[in-house]
Amino acid sequence: MNRFYVLLGVVAAAAVAFLIYSTQQEPGGAAAASNPNVPITAQDRAFPGYILGSDSAPVKVVEFVDYECPICAMFATVQFPTIRDQLINTGKVQWRLRDYPLAPTTHEWSHLAANAVACASEQGKAWDMVDALFDHHDWALQKSNPTSVFRGLAQSVGVNTTTWDACLSSNKYAGRIQASANEGDSLGVNGTPTLFINGTMVRDRATSDLVQRIADSLIAATKKK
Amino acid sequence: MSRHRQAIAVLALVGIAVATYLWLHAIGVIGVLKCGSGGCEIVQASKYAELFGIPVAFYGVVGYATLFGLGLAGAQPALVPRAWPTRWLAVLSGVGFLFTLYLTALEMFVIHAWCRWCLASAAIITAIFVTALAGLPRKT
Repeated sequence: MNRFYVLLGVVAAAAVAFLIYSTQQEPGGAAAASNPNVPITAQDRAFPGYILGSDSAPVKVVEFVDYECPICAMFATVQFPTIRDQLINTGKVQWRLRDYPLAPTTHEWSHLAANAVACASEQGKAWDMVDALFDHHDWALQKSNPTSVFRGLAQSVGVNTTTWDACLSSNKYAGRIQASANEGDSLGVNGTPTLFINGTMVRDRATSDLVQRIADSLIAATKKK
Repeated sequence: MSRHRQAIAVLALVGIAVATYLWLHAIGVIGVLKCGSGGCEIVQASKYAELFGIPVAFYGVVGYATLFGLGLAGAQPALVPRAWPTRWLAVLSGVGFLFTLYLTALEMFVIHAWCRWCLASAAIITAIFVTALAGLPRKT
């Protein structure tokens, strides 16, 4: 009987230690990789993100995203098409995508993917590239460097890959991406996707229904005033 | 009979840890699951990760806690000769086993992604069920 309680105690102690370790380590792992060596200019800080929708939309949504994150991919492919059709294209919502690449220990290719989007944005293809990355998300499950996959996706959405290659090699958007991640940190983001609707962080699981409900209530409240 | 209940208590304790880990992730306390692939996050982000608005993992925490309490109580000297704790352990773990079969089928046929922590839980509840069945009194 004593041996039984010793075993129970050991298992309980190991379980508690593991859970405490997880709660302390994982949010850090889910935070963006902070690199103080990346120079950030005022222009980097001023970059608003990739915008979809009208400036006059009454509801502004900011999404902090990691392109390697499977939940972001699921949100982008399952929920976002409805949001785009019913809220963004109808002028109710403006969507702003901000980079929040998680640490390489969590998602090895997030920074590369964020750079791939930034380089596509030079040619006005940011959202096309974002859609391509999420629609063909198998790359996130591969261990190998996905640069050639990204190049193929860029080409498929009409990006000039010679210019895109030069941009990607230069890593010229590292500061802009880091500035975006820093802004996420300062707003309390610790995982992706994280949505802010008219400045308020959404703590529930992001779904098109939830965004629609919040957007509708905000629009109704605006009309009452 | 006591040995079976002790084994179930230990297994259920491990199950509590696994289910709590998944539940803490579901309620946002843990950011990213250590999974080795994206499967855990895909499964946890699916609509099947909740039942009646409550994370499925929470049902696991409650279920394993019940099995742990019953196993521990049944291993006490006063209850060792009684058969009912093992019968209840077999019934409850059987329900958990069937529910786990359903969840595993969802992973395989609907979600098309494997969550290793869910599979670990499936292995634990299967082991508990088998142990409980093995501990049932036999007619001579």
